[in-house]
Amino acid sequence: MSALTALARLRAVRDGVAQRITTVRHCHISDQPLVLIPLKLAGEAAAPLAAMVGTDPGHPRLLVVPQPRNRDLRFAFAAGLAEVLLPYIEGFEKSTETVERRGGEPYERCLDAPQILVPNRSAASFTGLLGRSTRFRRAEGPYPVHPSVPLLGRWLTYFADRSQQPGSSVLLAATEALSLHWATGQSGLEDANLAALLGWIDPPPGMSGHRAAEEAEDPLLWPPAGPTTDPGFDNEVLAPAIRAYEEAPTDRAVDRVSQALRTQLDPTWRLMWRAVDLLRSLPEGSRVKDRWEIDRGSFTRFVERIAEGSPPQARRDGAVGAAARLAGLERARASYDVQRAHDDPLLMAEYRLTGEAFAGTVIAADPEHSEGEGRSRKLRPLITVRTGDPVRLTPGTVVGSPDRRGHAAEIVEAVDGEITLKITKGMGRGRTPAPGSVPEPGERVSYTSLIDDFQSSAALPGPEQTPWTHGGPPEEYEPGDDDAQEEWL
Amino acid sequence: MTPQQEAAAVVDAVLADLPRHRGVVVDSPPGAGKSTLVVKAAGHIAETGEPLMIVAQTNEQVDDLVERLAAEHPDLGVGRLSASGYITPGRILALPNVSVAGKLPDLGDPAVVIATADKWAWIGDRTWPWAIVDEAYQMRSDKLLRIASLFERSLFVGDPGQLDPFSIVDGDRWAGLSWDPVQSAVSVLLRHNPDLPVHRLPVSWRLPASAAPVVSEAFYPFTGFRAGTGPADRSLEFTVNGMRTPFDLALEEAAGSGWALYELPSRHTVRTDAEAVLATASLATRLLQRSPVAHSERGSHPVTADRIAIGAAHRDQVAAIRAAGVPPEITVDTANRLQGREYDVTIVLHPLSGRRDATAFHLESGRLCVLASRHRHACVVVARAGIPELLDAHPSAEPVQLGVPVKFPDGWEANQAVLAHLSKHRVTPDD
Repeated sequence: MSALTALARLRAVRDGVAQRITTVRHCHISDQPLVLIPLKLAGEAAAPLAAMVGTDPGHPRLLVVPQPRNRDLRFAFAAGLAEVLLPYIEGFEKSTETVERRGGEPYERCLDAPQILVPNRSAASFTGLLGRSTRFRRAEGPYPVHPSVPLLGRWLTYFADRSQQPGSSVLLAATEALSLHWATGQSGLEDANLAALLGWIDPPPGMSGHRAAEEAEDPLLWPPAGPTTDPGFDNEVLAPAIRAYEEAPTDRAVDRVSQALRTQLDPTWRLMWRAVDLLRSLPEGSRVKDRWEIDRGSFTRFVERIAEGSPPQARRDGAVGAAARLAGLERARASYDVQRAHDDPLLMAEYRLTGEAFAGTVIAADPEHSEGEGRSRKLRPLITVRTGDPVRLTPGTVVGSPDRRGHAAEIVEAVDGEITLKITKGMGRGRTPAPGSVPEPGERVSYTSLIDDFQSSAALPGPEQTPWTHGGPPEEYEPGDDDAQEEWL
Repeated sequence: MTPQQEAAAVVDAVLADLPRHRGVVVDSPPGAGKSTLVVKAAGHIAETGEPLMIVAQTNEQVDDLVERLAAEHPDLGVGRLSASGYITPGRILALPNVSVAGKLPDLGDPAVVIATADKWAWIGDRTWPWAIVDEAYQMRSDKLLRIASLFERSLFVGDPGQLDPFSIVDGDRWAGLSWDPVQSAVSVLLRHNPDLPVHRLPVSWRLPASAAPVVSEAFYPFTGFRAGTGPADRSLEFTVNGMRTPFDLALEEAAGSGWALYELPSRHTVRTDAEAVLATASLATRLLQRSPVAHSERGSHPVTADRIAIGAAHRDQVAAIRAAGVPPEITVDTANRLQGREYDVTIVLHPLSGRRDATAFHLESGRLCVLASRHRHACVVVARAGIPELLDAHPSAEPVQLGVPVKFPDGWEANQAVLAHLSKHRVTPDD
């Protein structure tokens, strides 16, 4: 935990209410998100029990599996989920824009993309498991399923995989999105409880956050947000209802299971929409749009993949696929951290504390300063900044400024709070710097060594060229009847 | 057998194995003559007249190798490939048989081409019959994936006890896969090719007799190695008398026994613990003021600032120690950057000093191993009291992943072993 977050947590305890740790919102919140709250059967890894899903806070759709140990019923549940999810996704596929790119063919990109909100990280992982158990199923052969089930599986897998990409917003866990913006007076582990977290952030009138969080721990008032259910509910309500269905699988028995599960899901459903409202109330950071654009691109590519009829995502990443994914994740991680700090003075303050950034006032400027002679003469304006920050940047460090995009400078000297910088980029092409490109004396500026200069890595071989050191080329995937026989389904 | 004979026998076995296998792995403990082996093997392969590529991990490692190759084999053409931002240091420019270029055709046609793994990944459409991969345990397997098609056979050399490669993102998704991209190149290579021969260099020429058993026991519990020199071969003496300050006492303890623990009172602190940082910097300054002279099998020489290093776990600690006032010629750096370097005396800020938790990062045995095995004569560790208690309060609780080979040594145990030894050489500020 950083020093400022620790301070914010202490303040949250003192004031009895969660403290903001950012000035802006760093994730995209769609105008029309789909909220999905999955529940699973206790003791089973991937047996869905119920889900509350929908885009309208007033009209959730409740799906239940009256006997989760029955696999046919599980896949009927998956078909029901597909009925809600697939039309929602398809709604975004139609309207596209043409994107020009330098040195390449223009391509199409969807104008908007779907966004799924789940309560917590476990729900996101469970979404992935549900995708894993459904994407290899087929509409013909042994144990056939509804044709929408494997398609649902591929989409769920896509969302779960993509949610691990730093900065992506196509699938967000509410607790993570909230903790990114608020610090509470409880531990990170306790923050994973949506009701407790919202208790701290937005306690009921007249109640402290601490008290509200305590109340949230009572499973009778606030049932767990899933995917695991409350053991008391399992034993006393759910088990008898399932047993009754087992004995007489009538509509009434299904209703009984549904009613029981509705009591567990309704409170979380309301919490999810409160979380959406809270997040929406924050002003959006300036680079959130850029990252959502990348999400839209990724969504469009997956739509195309499905349209081309390519096979479902592999069970495990191959050697080349794993390396490619790792490179993509690292790239996203680095630029996400930099972008957030540049968007948000409060996050930048963390870096100012550790000496990787500083803010101060320009006390001297030499905008005409240049280096080299004749043709190799280069404009290198010098500025000196006075700061009270504990700067730990050594001469030669390249720095950027959150206030000026495309601006780059190099530390020349840093002594006693006076830092001399040589500006190397962003002055225009003329013999003198473009107006306004060099900070003037008296101007307040900030600089940081945190810059988005991640070097892209070299190309990987094709999977069919996997070298001997990594086990050689993998066998190609052939869909077959064996897929339906997987034991753990 | 003398240590010399023992080491030579292993080198001979490695060279004999080279043409027989697609890959040969050599494990080398700290200072066991890894570079010597690489240079020797390079000469051996060059004699056959076949071209050779050498892969190292950082530009410094490449430059060091180029320098040694050029010195040992003056008639061998060496080409050094570099990225665009690279500035060729003077020591490389001065070598007559070395050419430096950004592209392969610009090098001429040297017998040996050497570059970093990152640079090699951009070189396509040519295959070398031979490759040597240096520091292969510090190389991530995804880097090997990018360059493995460039060579037919390869010698992989590295130190399994040092820091594992890492990623800024969570790699749990691939845990247990035989080609896990965040594992080291050697782990992945051996999992797919378990029949490849693995040799071990048995003697550390760097570590003194006082350090080799400690490091061997803590970090190489099953393979072990010994010091190439005896207790009488190395000594450190101060030519200026001390003032009997705690700093002097710690330095004298280190000079006499090879180790010292300068222990500050127990306290939870921020990472850049001002007191510990100041103590570290002061010890270095004091050390120089005492004008130490090192006696070893190579003769006697004064220990100058460039033979001293200060190591820490984090970059901000390094910056803080620098800012606390250390002579500029003294190397101050993180464990990651000190890998592969050698000094007469090292001063180490213990990674767990002042912490209230023992995270996987701080427990990683490789980090402590690097810091505790850079010296030829003595190592002074600066730490807050209470680390053994911290370790006891935080036993490793990492989730167990299926299919992941168990890795030794265990960071928790290695830390305890080193601390147990250091506790015999404790000096506190009140002494």
